[in-house]
Amino acid sequence: MNDDDRQNMAGQLDRMLVAVADCRDRQAFKSLFEYFAPRVKAFGLRQGADPGMADEVVQETMINVWRKAKQFEATKASASTWIFAIARNMRIDMLRKANRPEPDMDDPAMVPDPEPQAHEIIHRKQEARRIEEAFASLPAEQQEVLRLAFFEDKAHSRVAAELGIPLGTVKSRIRLAFRHLRGVVGEEQ
Amino acid sequence: MNISHHPSEDLLLDYASGALGEAWSLAVATHLALCPGCRRVVSGMEALGGSMLDSIVPAPTSRNTLNAVMTRLDAMTERDAAVPAAPPADGHTPILPQPLRGYAGADADGLNWQRLGLGAYQMPIPTGDKGVTARLLRIPAGRPVPKHSHGGLELTLVLSGAFSDATGSYGRGDLQAADENLEHQPHAEPGEDCICLAITDAPLRFSSLAARMVQPLLGI
Repeated sequence: MNDDDRQNMAGQLDRMLVAVADCRDRQAFKSLFEYFAPRVKAFGLRQGADPGMADEVVQETMINVWRKAKQFEATKASASTWIFAIARNMRIDMLRKANRPEPDMDDPAMVPDPEPQAHEIIHRKQEARRIEEAFASLPAEQQEVLRLAFFEDKAHSRVAAELGIPLGTVKSRIRLAFRHLRGVVGEEQ
Repeated sequence: MNISHHPSEDLLLDYASGALGEAWSLAVATHLALCPGCRRVVSGMEALGGSMLDSIVPAPTSRNTLNAVMTRLDAMTERDAAVPAAPPADGHTPILPQPLRGYAGADADGLNWQRLGLGAYQMPIPTGDKGVTARLLRIPAGRPVPKHSHGGLELTLVLSGAFSDATGSYGRGDLQAADENLEHQPHAEPGEDCICLAITDAPLRFSSLAARMVQPLLGI
């Protein structure tokens, strides 16, 4: 897939998710399922779930996509990012049997985001793409640390053990990787 | 409010990827409620997670999985669909932001604080994390906490008042991460009691014999 295809695909997925939210569009939901279910399943398998358990994570994730679709804000995140977060939470809930504490946007104690400027809204849409480009431009060793962190549910201390490198090295690679990403995301602002 | 002490990138990454345990996540999530800047960093990390989900090699799902999901959608009424909750109408800002207030069961002025001695109080916060202790501490304005070092990791998130030690001054929203290498003697700053959330995975090591003697009685 080249960059334009990827952008078109991302735009289509966003529109399908909005159709699920606004019109309870079942055809759009099935298309989302076709794209995301095999990916969420692969994600679960990489994290040590057996195939049956991975299927359950897929089911619960997709049910929650349907239930929570109205909370999706296309200006803030892509459909892939939003569904990644749901799948991550399902995995914590089902595979680790644990709660995930999260801030509540409606809580009166919540310190709100600064009002975004018009140009920032566009930037946020591009942010994911720039992060992806920045990731691709990282040294292989930093990519590897981040991939292990996301896909294999490994705290960075376990990533260190796995790669046979000191914890301090992993931490400094993570810091470098995100300093780089922060720089890329922050530029033009 | 100016937050000057933030969680490290690796702590935010473990939270964003889902690898961080519940008690530590409680401190990070409560910091995020107070810190739009760190929320932005976590959003960026989640965007990276989203792009990794796009690029993963898919594992085929069976037709049955789709059918099972569609059957469950049929059985759901629209009342099951999650709608964003309306914000409470009053103008007062709770001391404990969510998700911490929910874990504590009430805001700071509605809790059954346990006396620790020397004017300090604590309130244990139950989480599902075994081997990790979460508690709220209330240190009277202007008073010191006995000098101590750490057997493991300690995260301290200030919610009200402020404390300071040799590493700086910490106010509402500031998060301090301490490990074996930090020995410190925090003081609550004058003016207001300091309420903070403390997460530890090993008992503190107090430097003075007297503090060590009362430690088992206080359970800290």
